[in-house]
Amino acid sequence: MKKMQLEICCGTTCYMMGANRLLYIENEVPPELRGKFEVKALPCMGLCNDKNLSGAPYVKLNGIIIENATIEKICDKMRAMLDD
Amino acid sequence: MIRFVRAFHNSSLETELDHFPVEMRPRQDHSSRCCIYHDRAVIKYRLMNLLGFSCEEETDEARTLASYYKEAIAREKPADIADKLPLSVCEAGCSECPSSKVVITGNCRGCFSRPCMYSCPKGAISVVNQVSTIDYTKCIKCGKCTSVCPYHAIVKTTVPCEDACPTGAIHKDNDGHTRINMEKCISCGNCFAKCPFSAILERSQILDVLKALKNNEKVVAMIAPAAASQIAGTIEQLFTAVSKLGFTDVIEVALGAEDTTAHEAEEFRDKMNSGAKLMTTSCCPAYVELVRKFVPDFMQYVSSTPSPMIFAAEIARREHPGCKVVFIGPCVAKRVEAARKNIDFVLSFEELFAMLAGKNIDVISCEPWPIPRPAITTARNFAKSCGVTEAVISELGGFKDDFKLEAKAINGIDKKTVAMLKMYAAGKIPANFLEVMCCPGGCVNGPCSLKK
Repeated sequence: MKKMQLEICCGTTCYMMGANRLLYIENEVPPELRGKFEVKALPCMGLCNDKNLSGAPYVKLNGIIIENATIEKICDKMRAMLDD
Repeated sequence: MIRFVRAFHNSSLETELDHFPVEMRPRQDHSSRCCIYHDRAVIKYRLMNLLGFSCEEETDEARTLASYYKEAIAREKPADIADKLPLSVCEAGCSECPSSKVVITGNCRGCFSRPCMYSCPKGAISVVNQVSTIDYTKCIKCGKCTSVCPYHAIVKTTVPCEDACPTGAIHKDNDGHTRINMEKCISCGNCFAKCPFSAILERSQILDVLKALKNNEKVVAMIAPAAASQIAGTIEQLFTAVSKLGFTDVIEVALGAEDTTAHEAEEFRDKMNSGAKLMTTSCCPAYVELVRKFVPDFMQYVSSTPSPMIFAAEIARREHPGCKVVFIGPCVAKRVEAARKNIDFVLSFEELFAMLAGKNIDVISCEPWPIPRPAITTARNFAKSCGVTEAVISELGGFKDDFKLEAKAINGIDKKTVAMLKMYAAGKIPANFLEVMCCPGGCVNGPCSLKK
């Protein structure tokens, strides 16, 4: 199966608001998700200027934006994606 | 904080400030505390500190943030920190944790082996009605019983700020509110870093720096070596990003650390050759303050070499006469040192990043800054524990001396440090060079650093 693509915004705002911890997500995920995704760090995606979104840090999972991303939130989305 | 910077650049801070708490916690929103009004009050106090006022300075609770802003923007120099603390307690944010206590919970099964009773050094535990009971007149809160109970039935409740304070400067007043005792506080920032409610705030100078930059004053940024561990990009990219904020120049504090190393090595040789038995480092301001306030007799052993920040400021002022200097680092105590030693401003990394984000400057998209003369690695390593020692050892390598350097390090100040220093002074621990870092691991783990 193709690995999920997890893009983590490392712009100044996202990095300060917690992306620095998200970069280590591979060490934190539960066993069933291990090896199922690839992490990529990106420069600012410009999402922090979008008033309709709720807040940094932002990540994209297979192109879908996750706002206020935390490791739990990302894991939940990954599980949902695997189930589909 | 980012919002604050953006509003400043739009010149709308004065009108917007009082709306911030409401906009950040609108009516339909969930509150993190009991209600949104409580949240808003805490945000107001945070903004007050961002303007440079401590919560304790508040005399009129109805005073608007706009009025604080007017006072802040009119001042020539940042709010006085030398005589007052850089830290302030936000009463509204403090959860008033109950004082530390060892408690026997419902998990106690009244077992027959009774390890809690036998491990207690004070005989404070007895079994009443088949349940262990603590006699609080005898309990010294050592916590030994908590680790031996097979049912994990005994817990020690903690007060994070009090437990983190190495000097006992933080205490509760009769109302249960936390207070910081100015006489005892060494501004190490441990309480600030450990409070899970972030109720301890730093009085910021960010507005003063923003104002100076806006007025096109000559301002030089001095970046502490610990920055390398804080950013996504390289240190060179960070320098470019910082220069885009409008600073005249950006220099490494590590250049100052080279001077500190040279002076400190020379001072060490002089002292050893004239028969001194011990010398300690002096670049950690919280440690120097600890000695000054608690073991004044020990001051004779503390090196008189100025810290890297001071040397870096000299370099900056030599290259840009008449400039103002800003130290940017992970340290609370540096704010006090800076105020005493004529450094114009201090910013934390968090404040710097807010300034960058407020201007939409992305560090990892920046071109690398051509650093004219990069600092040597040993100087950059000042930020980690034992870094100073290594630098001094490599500096001493060029000399042939009769004495041998025996280095020891205190890596992180805690409640036992004062006793340790006394042991060193009495010669009970063999060493002639002692490095003391207030934060475990060194400045890279400073109270205002991001990675924690």
